[in-house]
Amino acid sequence: MPLRQKDLLGLEYLEREEIELILDTAVPMKEIFTRDIKKLPTLRGKTMVNLFYEPSTRTRTSFELAGKWMSADVTNIATSTSSVAKGENLKDTARTLEALGANFIVIRHQMAGAPHLVARTVKASVINAGDGRHEHPTQALLDLFTIRERLGRIEGLKVTIVGDILHSRVARSNIWGLVKLGAHVTVCGPRTLIPPEISRMGVEVTCDLGEALADADVVNVLRLQLERQKKGLLPSIREYSDLYGLTRERVEKCKPGVLILHPGPANLGVEITEEVAESPSAAVHEQVTNGVACRMAVLYLLSGGGKAGEIAA
Amino acid sequence: MKLLLKGGRVVDPRNGLDETMDVLVEEGKVLAVDIAIDAEDARVLDVSGKAVLPGLIDMHVHLREPGREDEETIKTGTLAAARGGFVAVACMPNTDPPLDTGAAVRFVLSRARETGHVRVLPVGAITKGLGGAELAEIGELRRAGAVAISDDGHAVTNSRVMRHAMEYASMFGMPVISHAEDMELSAGGAINEGYWSTRLGLPGIPAAAEETMVARDIFLAQLAGARLHIAHVSTAGSVELIRRAKEKGILVTCEATPHHFTLTDEAVAGYDTNTKVNPPLRTARDVEALRQGLADGTIDVIASDHAPHTAEEKEVEYELAAFGMIGLETSLSLAVTELVRPGILTLGQLVERMSYAPARILGLDWPGIVPGAEANVTVLDPDASFVVDPARFASLSRNTPFGGWRLFGKVVATVVAGRLAYEAGGF
Ligand SMILES: [Zn+2]
Ligand SMILES: [Zn+2]
Repeated sequence: MPLRQKDLLGLEYLEREEIELILDTAVPMKEIFTRDIKKLPTLRGKTMVNLFYEPSTRTRTSFELAGKWMSADVTNIATSTSSVAKGENLKDTARTLEALGANFIVIRHQMAGAPHLVARTVKASVINAGDGRHEHPTQALLDLFTIRERLGRIEGLKVTIVGDILHSRVARSNIWGLVKLGAHVTVCGPRTLIPPEISRMGVEVTCDLGEALADADVVNVLRLQLERQKKGLLPSIREYSDLYGLTRERVEKCKPGVLILHPGPANLGVEITEEVAESPSAAVHEQVTNGVACRMAVLYLLSGGGKAGEIAA
Repeated sequence: MKLLLKGGRVVDPRNGLDETMDVLVEEGKVLAVDIAIDAEDARVLDVSGKAVLPGLIDMHVHLREPGREDEETIKTGTLAAARGGFVAVACMPNTDPPLDTGAAVRFVLSRARETGHVRVLPVGAITKGLGGAELAEIGELRRAGAVAISDDGHAVTNSRVMRHAMEYASMFGMPVISHAEDMELSAGGAINEGYWSTRLGLPGIPAAAEETMVARDIFLAQLAGARLHIAHVSTAGSVELIRRAKEKGILVTCEATPHHFTLTDEAVAGYDTNTKVNPPLRTARDVEALRQGLADGTIDVIASDHAPHTAEEKEVEYELAAFGMIGLETSLSLAVTELVRPGILTLGQLVERMSYAPARILGLDWPGIVPGAEANVTVLDPDASFVVDPARFASLSRNTPFGGWRLFGKVVATVVAGRLAYEAGGF
């Protein structure tokens, strides 16, 4: 079964089988680039454009490496946020990129739905690399991949997502993916950072970190944007850290073997201590590696590639 | 020229009419309403099987002239109104320059005389430059022909200014039309705050942003002993506040738009920017409350909040898109489809909500379909259906989420002061 759509706009729009196909495909992809086997020729002659309206060295580099391992020609376009404010037209930009021969447009944008607008405008495959507070599907895919690799399964696991749920696209994509794959998801954070009616997405909600950690198999710690304090959503970063920071003491009360994830880059000492982030329970560095593998899998499948078994042949 | 509307069902509750009658019009006035009128020298429109209604009024539209003639003009907006069955529209003052002076109001009226297809009733500004700080010259606005005052588009944030506006406007018998929005609570928001804002990752506008201002303005109207009209009520809580205020005898009226009683925030799911309006589309519970409020009369008026925008202002990221949708050419049909056909309103009640109530609130002399009255008549085929095709709209703009919808209720003719302002093909 290939992917049904030309674009990857969010995990919301994928069936469980499609998510599993991507995760299965990422396994041989990881082999290929971690063991430095020769590049895949899949995207030879194809052009991939990274269109980033928000700076993100981490995600952009990951997509860039994924594209290069698939033999694509990769171009990066960094557009400042000010040009959006000035009314630079996203549709025109998308049409221009297509006219220049882009087969894949990877877009990061500070506004929800921007990738949908691009996807409606062009025939190229559009990959959402994070749109506002909406979705960041490849981040969730790499989180799912990491959970499966470490714990052997996703179905039936208890996964807690801690932090600024309101503004987090990582949280939303994780919720869609985890719920579709049968995990039990709890979101935890201060009331001011929990969006309304999120329980209707199939998750438990609590503001009590102790309760949220008690029987979790996986804890996914979100990055706190430090400017939330200025908007009156938090009294202080220190208080946030006291109430929701993941420390060694808190991890010691978790189930043995708990897996700790963080999408990075972490504010060490705020939402997670360095000690925890670098501990064997945490998979922060594997996540980065797995990100490239998952993005290769997405590119492979969107370009019409078949089952995972055919890749390494 | 004489005009004879022959064989239609005249529905005019104020004049106790709901029967098949002929209506003869001459020199701008209704000459006779009777069975089987013969007038050999008259142009005859066979309207048998159609409903003949007192002319409909849309008391909340944005005509964009002066200033944004690329979005709409008085000419195109009033043609859209005529095609939508409206004989008069009240236009909001947030033009460029705004209608905050007598000269600006006179300009709109003179443009309407030169280019308009239906009657135009200007709404003046509450404050100078719509700035919310200093009262506009409300007496001068009235003398120039304004029928009400509003800072629509913004709320009057300062409660003292709003109080004095109500007191002052009451001297001239004018209502204050409130765009009720707590601008701090709604700041940055794009859609209703709730499940769909959470799911779509769009910043939300809570129902309380409207309701706190509705409550404030009700108390200010009570304090001022003045008439208040709440524009585009969108939440169940607002309907309940207004219901209770009316029970207490406070002089408050309100309107609801067809999009708010038809669509929920789920319509935003595909990020179609034509669903972006202020106040935002709300939940199914709110839609239900609006329909109930329309049925029991808590909501006096159906008004479109026709807000034209160019494609350039809409074909952008959802958060950057302009608020507003056009409504003049779908408003009556949505009311027929969503309210009359399901039995929520009778055709007579629809006439109250779309003709008599707006006329009363705006202080118009509006006697209905009786001999001697100015001939303002809307002829509707309530059973005919059609598919909405925005490409064929008279409006300069196309920003509607209803393209492709099959709606019931086709306008057959619109008679404005005895003149056929619109007549559907086939006559
Ligand atoms: Zn308004
Ligand atoms: Zn308006």
